[in-house]
Amino acid sequence: MSKVKNILLAGVGGQGILLASEVLSEVMLMAGLDVKKNEIHGMSQRGGSVVSHVRYGDKVYSSIIPEGEVDILFSFEMLETCRYLPLLRQNGQVIINNWKIAPPSVALGKQAYPENLTENIRQQFPNTKVVDGLDLALEAGNAKTVNTVLLGALSNVLDFDRELWLTALRKMIPERLLDINMKAFELGCQVK
Amino acid sequence: MKKILLSGNEAIARGAYEAGALVACAYPGTPSTEILENITQYKEIDASWAPNEKVALEVGIGACFGGARSLVAMKHVGVNVAADPLFTLSYTGVRGGLVLVTADDPELHSSQNEQDNRNFAKFAKVPMFEPADSQEALEYTKLGFEVSEQFDTPVFLRSTTRISHSKSAVSLGERRTDLPEPKLERNPAKLVMLPGNARKRHIDVEKRIIDMEDWSSSQPFNRIEKGAGEIGVITAGVSYQYVKEVLPDADVLKIGLVYPLPKKLIREFAAQYSQLYVVEELDPFIEEQIRAMGIEVTGKDKLSLCGELTPGRLKKGLFGEAVPSEDCSPELPQRPPNMCPGCSHRGVFMELNRAKAYVTGDIGCYTLGFMPPLSAMDTCVCMGASIGNATGICKVLSPEEQQKVVAVIGDSTFLHTGINGLMDMVYNKSAATVIILDNRITAMTGRQENPTSGFTLTELETYRVDLEQLCRAVGVEHIRVIDPYNIALTRKTIREEMARPEVSVIITTRPCMLVPRDNLERRTPLFVDQDKCTGCQACMRLGCPAINWDAVNKKSNIDKIICTGCKVCQQTCGFGAFLEYGEQS
Ligand SMILES: Cc1ncc(C[n+]2csc(CCOP(=O)(O)OP(=O)(O)O)c2C)c(N)n1
Ligand code: SF4
Ligand code: SF4
Repeated sequence: MSKVKNILLAGVGGQGILLASEVLSEVMLMAGLDVKKNEIHGMSQRGGSVVSHVRYGDKVYSSIIPEGEVDILFSFEMLETCRYLPLLRQNGQVIINNWKIAPPSVALGKQAYPENLTENIRQQFPNTKVVDGLDLALEAGNAKTVNTVLLGALSNVLDFDRELWLTALRKMIPERLLDINMKAFELGCQVK
Repeated sequence: MKKILLSGNEAIARGAYEAGALVACAYPGTPSTEILENITQYKEIDASWAPNEKVALEVGIGACFGGARSLVAMKHVGVNVAADPLFTLSYTGVRGGLVLVTADDPELHSSQNEQDNRNFAKFAKVPMFEPADSQEALEYTKLGFEVSEQFDTPVFLRSTTRISHSKSAVSLGERRTDLPEPKLERNPAKLVMLPGNARKRHIDVEKRIIDMEDWSSSQPFNRIEKGAGEIGVITAGVSYQYVKEVLPDADVLKIGLVYPLPKKLIREFAAQYSQLYVVEELDPFIEEQIRAMGIEVTGKDKLSLCGELTPGRLKKGLFGEAVPSEDCSPELPQRPPNMCPGCSHRGVFMELNRAKAYVTGDIGCYTLGFMPPLSAMDTCVCMGASIGNATGICKVLSPEEQQKVVAVIGDSTFLHTGINGLMDMVYNKSAATVIILDNRITAMTGRQENPTSGFTLTELETYRVDLEQLCRAVGVEHIRVIDPYNIALTRKTIREEMARPEVSVIITTRPCMLVPRDNLERRTPLFVDQDKCTGCQACMRLGCPAINWDAVNKKSNIDKIICTGCKVCQQTCGFGAFLEYGEQS
């Protein structure tokens, strides 16, 4: 039986994390694997932290990733990345979107946004890739395609047929936004 | 057969469809809300939002008495509201099958308590299925309808947040089309619960539970999965998944029907192991019943009564192993939810804070008025409680202190159970002030229609309740209808009505920012003229997420991508620093 792989998506409500984890799960399902996906979305639209667990393999039981067994932390926001680092395996992989969103205490001037995050993360997890998601999304033509840019970057480190990704995107993204998202995905794929 | 990914809630909706249900009714509540939202895709089912859970269940009961299969859904605390019809429905039994979904929320991801509704099954003597993934959610919903008719009983389906909101692969079936047509059929001895009839029905209820106990020991939904034969585990629902993860070699008795328990099967299983665990979240519901059978088990002596399980928490409980958690980095700034930019509730709470009001609060997006910097909520118990709480606290305060008391409640919550409180407030001559934050939607749970929105669940236009008339009808004489974006007016009105030694109601009228049909409200964003801003931080009292404090330059600025142009901040600034793009500075 092949081992179950675990991807934890993290970020802030409104960043399109839930759609990204939807596309990701669809890819796994089309690849013929068992998939479970789990998220808490009670208050997510009001700017709180959001996480989504995606697990895939021959047979998946728990939809929550066992603590300390995250293979890839796929994060949409710098600070949120740090919150979930303790859940990563040793030698786990990190993909971070280079985007800082001030939490309320920072916006109110009560706390400072932590500094040198990338360096600190790299020190613990050398296998860390930083993506300029917002820049690439703007290059694709819409800031809201950040999630698709990031999926492109993720697709590079996962071993699934490119066609599966494109089919999943076509299935999950509304017709009128498809072209721009395809472009965003492409830009994400080119990130080294 | 091709599989698709469904959430537990989507699977329950699908299950109702496949079972041939004709009616579905609910009041929204996380994590149950998407069940009804998804049922609307099946045009064969009449789907509707009720103003509260009691009405939702009563509508479901009516349909079932008419001979149709009906599904009723609510969050765990909703069952408290619906408990009155529920307990007697247990006596009448059903005609068409009735499945009541209770979506519990261990860990309080989005709730005011984490009550374990399996206790309701035992209390009301209503059988309860508990699925462990989306496929089971679909199957058990269908099974629920069959069992409901077979044993003449309503049936509970218990979900939890991790079942309702997780997606897993499901194969679909066809809809049943061979059910009898609903029509009137009188049966007063069964359906009119006067003492004489109810006494007889009670005997049937007790017999039904014993019959089901015997029957369920041989049903496939209670199954044994053989492992290495050393440890035995009894579990149900989502806990089953964690057991398989953490104890892959254990022998597992997975229970699908958690009430009544399959005692015969449990006895046979338990006899084989010297080490027997019961793994369940929250209360020792299964454990206590097994102990009462005289069987020794390990359970809540190792696992917490509070919060949900995870694979790590199970491991830690059983073997004492330390497991990492995301709370390991407490020094990181937290990211709690906040009202949206332009939310019509925000200015009201800023003014309540400034007026030093004692706010008896209620449940909705406006509960976030508790968070700093608004910090204007002193109590919050359950839906509708704000008004009764205000009446009660005023009874024991001096006249000066009474004037500080303000009940704050949303439109959906007011119609849910607040209106009864208001009736009492007038009837018993209280002096408190009530603010109804009418944003014309049930926003907190993801924007569902309600009787103040003018639309139904299926987006049909309908009568819009006139809150002002409604308050007048229960006898409120002083009613002020205000625009909450007008801060001076909001301040003046709140202070005047707080000072009035009689019941008064203030109704605010701006819609929720996130309702698409009201998007016209979204206007040009503002910016902060950096020359005019003195860094006094008066605007920071609003806590609008679009306003950021620039700690280096000591000035405010606005994120124009998320600012909705509500202009509330403009009115907090004494230096005219908040300007519209294009406006001269
Ligand atoms: C008995 C019960 N049912 C449902 C819920 C879930 N719930 C929480 S707040 C809310 C309604 C909020 O709507 P409204 O009062 O209009 O305020 P808004 O969120 O729009 O500001 C609901 C349905 C609950 N907490 N308790
Ligand atoms: S969803 Fe609507 S009511 Fe809730 S915080 Fe946002 S704007 Fe306010
Ligand atoms: S106008 Fe002011 S208060 Fe309104 S959303 Fe924009 S920044 Fe926030």
